Amino acid sequence: MNIPVLNCENIYKSYQSGLPVLSGLNLTLPAGRIIGLLGPNGCGKSTLIKLIAGLLVPDRGNITVCGQPRSESTNALISYLPERPYFQGNMRVVQLLDYFSDFYADFDRSRAIAMLSDLGIAPDARMRTLSKGTKEKVQLVLVMSRRARLYLLDEPIAGVDPAARDYILKTIIGNYSPDATVVLTTHLITDIEPVLDDFVFMGHGGQILLAGNADEVREAHQKSLNELFREVFRC
Amino acid sequence: MNRYFNGQGPVFMQLTAMMRTDILSGKYPPGTQFPTVRSLAIEAAINPNTVQKALSVLESEGLVLSRGTLGRFVTDDRALLEQKRNEMQSAYMRRAWQEANKLGIPKEKFIAFLHESEEG
Repeated sequence: MNIPVLNCENIYKSYQSGLPVLSGLNLTLPAGRIIGLLGPNGCGKSTLIKLIAGLLVPDRGNITVCGQPRSESTNALISYLPERPYFQGNMRVVQLLDYFSDFYADFDRSRAIAMLSDLGIAPDARMRTLSKGTKEKVQLVLVMSRRARLYLLDEPIAGVDPAARDYILKTIIGNYSPDATVVLTTHLITDIEPVLDDFVFMGHGGQILLAGNADEVREAHQKSLNELFREVFRC
Repeated sequence: MNRYFNGQGPVFMQLTAMMRTDILSGKYPPGTQFPTVRSLAIEAAINPNTVQKALSVLESEGLVLSRGTLGRFVTDDRALLEQKRNEMQSAYMRRAWQEANKLGIPKEKFIAFLHESEEG
């Protein structure tokens, strides 16, 4: 019906002299979904996310975002949470808000301020004085305060405490819009299961082993995604 | 873990059962406005599309009525509520008795226990 928010067609990517990470990956994501990109360590989840975000360039294949070929202009449609925060230690939180306001027309500063206060983070704190988990929370606040069409969240909950995890998941839900799609990677499947519409199990070499609607698969297999993951990826 | 989700079966079915209980137990009284999808989703930390699906099941059962832009309301059909409440109670009692039976509890002992624990 509508144009997919993301379409990846026949994506190949390998790093220098290494094995191919992705070989011929195809993935189409519609609007208005919350999607879990799940797979074992090193299967290529972060590589795929970086390709979509434009930090890496595929060796072959096409990526379109909301129908437009991936380019600098599609960056405005994507809000990307990297695996680790990238801000300089001497910057204050409030300077990051300025930064994001300058960079992104869709940045909602008042929303960011409200979220920082919910999480008890002082806007004048310098990044280097914050703990690892708090830095990650700041990064997430910035990313979720944009009104993007595609959110790419690489491990949004791994480094934070359980209370903050709940807050982050509720933020993702509260931010839900029928126009926007959220892709998140994690290995904490149990925590995110009730939040997902759809899931993708990605195996080594970026192969898609199983994908679909989370509830339908739970019904068909009479198992949670967490149990199914353990079965599919048994070591 | 989330109180609506125990890993057994689809989330929307667990959520439907939980909301049905909330309606029949009077947590959401007859004729009152039902919370929005968004607020239910945030409160339960469950995907909004899943909440929507659970609500449409309750709508098809007649427990929740959609009044367009006014939102959703709990039915004020007390006969229907009573009937559904009876069904839920019977199903629960049947399960409890089956469990007791499985453990080899004689009927007399079960009844005596119920009499003794009348106060709660």
